[in-house]
Amino acid sequence: MTAVTDTTHHDDHRHGPAKGLMRWVLTTNHKDIGSMYLWFSFAMFLTGGAMAMIIRAELFQPGLQIVEPAFFNQMTTMHGLIMVFGAVMPAFVGLANWMIPMMIGAPDMALPRMNNWSFWILPFAAVMLVSTLFMEGGGPNFGWTFYAPLSTDFAPPSTTFFIFAIHMLGISSIMGAINIIATILNLRAPGMTMMKMPLFVWTWLITAYLLIAVMPVLAGAVTMMLMDIHFGTSFFNAGGGGDPVLFQHIFWFFGHPEVYIMILPSFGIVSAILPAFARKPLFGYTSMVYAVASIAFLSFIVWAHHMFTVGIPLVGELFFMYATMLIAVPTGVKVFNWVSTMFRGSMTFETPMLFSIAFVVLFTIGGFSGLMLSIAPADFQYHDTYFVVAHFHYVLVPGAIFAIFAATYYWLPKWTGHMYDETLAKTHFWMSFIGMNLTFFPMHFIGLAGMPRRIPDYALQFADFNMIASIGGFMFGVTQFLFLFIVIKCIKGGEKAEAKPWDGADGLEWSLPSPAPYHTFTTPPDVK
Amino acid sequence: MAHEGHEGEATSDSAVYYVPAQSKWPIIASVGLFTTLLGAGMMMNDMSAGVKDSIAHYVMFGGALIMAYMLFGWFGHVIEESQKGLYSAQMDRSFRWGMGWFIFSEVMFFAAFFGTLFYVRSLSVPWLAGEGDGAMTHKFLWPDFVAEWPLVNNPDNQNFPGAKGLIDPFHLPLLNTVLLVISSITLTIAHHALRKNERNKVKVWMVATLILGFAFLFFQAEEYAEAYNDLGLTLSAGIYGSTFFILTGFHGAHVTLGAIMLLIMTIRIYKGHFEADNHFGFEAASWYWHFVDVVWIGLFIFVYLI
Repeated sequence: MTAVTDTTHHDDHRHGPAKGLMRWVLTTNHKDIGSMYLWFSFAMFLTGGAMAMIIRAELFQPGLQIVEPAFFNQMTTMHGLIMVFGAVMPAFVGLANWMIPMMIGAPDMALPRMNNWSFWILPFAAVMLVSTLFMEGGGPNFGWTFYAPLSTDFAPPSTTFFIFAIHMLGISSIMGAINIIATILNLRAPGMTMMKMPLFVWTWLITAYLLIAVMPVLAGAVTMMLMDIHFGTSFFNAGGGGDPVLFQHIFWFFGHPEVYIMILPSFGIVSAILPAFARKPLFGYTSMVYAVASIAFLSFIVWAHHMFTVGIPLVGELFFMYATMLIAVPTGVKVFNWVSTMFRGSMTFETPMLFSIAFVVLFTIGGFSGLMLSIAPADFQYHDTYFVVAHFHYVLVPGAIFAIFAATYYWLPKWTGHMYDETLAKTHFWMSFIGMNLTFFPMHFIGLAGMPRRIPDYALQFADFNMIASIGGFMFGVTQFLFLFIVIKCIKGGEKAEAKPWDGADGLEWSLPSPAPYHTFTTPPDVK
Repeated sequence: MAHEGHEGEATSDSAVYYVPAQSKWPIIASVGLFTTLLGAGMMMNDMSAGVKDSIAHYVMFGGALIMAYMLFGWFGHVIEESQKGLYSAQMDRSFRWGMGWFIFSEVMFFAAFFGTLFYVRSLSVPWLAGEGDGAMTHKFLWPDFVAEWPLVNNPDNQNFPGAKGLIDPFHLPLLNTVLLVISSITLTIAHHALRKNERNKVKVWMVATLILGFAFLFFQAEEYAEAYNDLGLTLSAGIYGSTFFILTGFHGAHVTLGAIMLLIMTIRIYKGHFEADNHFGFEAASWYWHFVDVVWIGLFIFVYLI
């Protein structure tokens, strides 16, 4: 390795990837790293999904059938943590790695070795996190929000390793975000001005700022937990003058921007796909950029809407209620622009388009239930019920996950050089669409009727809706193996993809051949 | 094709942006980080469970060795590349963005602890004493509790016996403030000298900066010893001790890191590295040092003075 000197000249694109398994361990190539992020994300998606299957199996009928309540708690906790930190965030970073350099005409990411490190921390962090399940006393059982004192005074010993896993995930995210900012601000091709950047690049730039601002705050929160557990401090212990509610403030100061970290890149993806298949330019590009920036700004001043029932002062309830409602304005601008993009477009409905339209419709439903939850007096009724579960799964599954599916289908031809199997992909879409709605729509009703979240048993009147939700959940879960099959099939072969397989698509990535060569834009293109 | 070393506009040199070949350092860093944290976690769990004689500290020590090897290797390699002139002006800007946003992430890390301090002082301690919505907590749990800051009489004095005395801000902390502020000035003098290529002057002022930095750490350690031995101001002295130690402790850790960076830069100066117009490694270390200085000013005001 000491021979790493100036081996990379401008003519390096003639060299392909290195041979063997070590290629993936040592690589500095943004496409390799992007692929690893995506595969890691999918593995975590199946892991977290398996936990969701256990949850839905237990809730299939009232009563306790399959797992102990203590294990059920570990499943809800780990499902949330793995999906947030293992599945959704790495998938977006993977897409950023693959697409941002190709979209702005850069040779690679700005700091390629750090890029490798950002990825390779993740499997180690995941091993540490999942291994807690096999430790004495079980894994984390306090919910993905790990409120103190459940996560301090009453936590299992494995919490120490959970904390360090969060530290590692945070380090990875911060380095990933720094890399993305440096790439976007410094490596754009001549002529690629900020307001010419594709919206996926814009949304990721803003997401990266959010990550750098809040991941360190999360690190601070878990560090204080660690101190309370092992070193006798009293940050979250009122007996020593601290406050358990302080934990919630710090957590949600991280947590609310975090949920936007999981949705803003989706906005960028959908803003690329809708114009491509409506064969019209995106409606209101500039307003889209400002809307994303406003949403990001507002995300910092709404955190206590997660805490309406903990007893914060009335002024606080009012401030956070109105600030939260404000978010509906820029979000409304975005939905309006997406619909206007499709209006009178000459639309076709290939799989990426189907997922994107489903995104617009279903994310709007999730947005509206969010608006309902923002009303503080009403939230006293909804708080910690299945209504909340329905709300955030409506913004995360058809929001984040559907956008990731859409992006995968949209760019698979560019990545693999082959077209995916459209019939199977459409099957994947409809099965996911129906399964997802069957799972989460009834949760609105049982939530409003009073079923609390994170409980392995429930009263008999909730039985029917829970059974429907479980059937939908199994359907959604099984369907994802079809997705795996479609992707593998596409990598192995299939109809040859042209450089630009979607005739309405726009952007620098389509000026490259399919599959994209190992090194692209070693000489920057000129952007008109 | 253009060549590295150009100082032209944003785009003239991008054709040779340096994309390094494969590197073993990131994976070594991941293994090292994992091993260190695994060992640290095992040690902490052993400590809290009262277990002795475990392999935990070997695991952590092993991890720390891997990390040290990685840091020397990786940074050594980067320095080597830089000396060979592989880094263009554009690459230099990537490093600047990277370091700048890394420092911003550190600012947010400290923000969590400063936020904790402000929240406790102005909201939750008064609430515990019955102000505002906290009336019932006060009445039923700790009716005798009185709000004060610094808080030395905790609500539960049995489990969290408060400190018997407080640090005098005009003794060691003031001295440390003076040391750190002067060290920022000496560092700036060194930087200006480097820009004028007055190498001997750089050496003198860098050594002065290092002495001031390590003196700060020495007095900080002395203050901790005093807090623990004479004042009963410990980690378990309630929220005052908790916020005191987490803020000063993480600051001290950052000063240590900053001092190590400056030490490396001084060694590089002695080895003849850096040019008058091209020395980002030096600048990055100096940015970092100014950042820990600014954090200290905040600490001195909000933790010690008021």
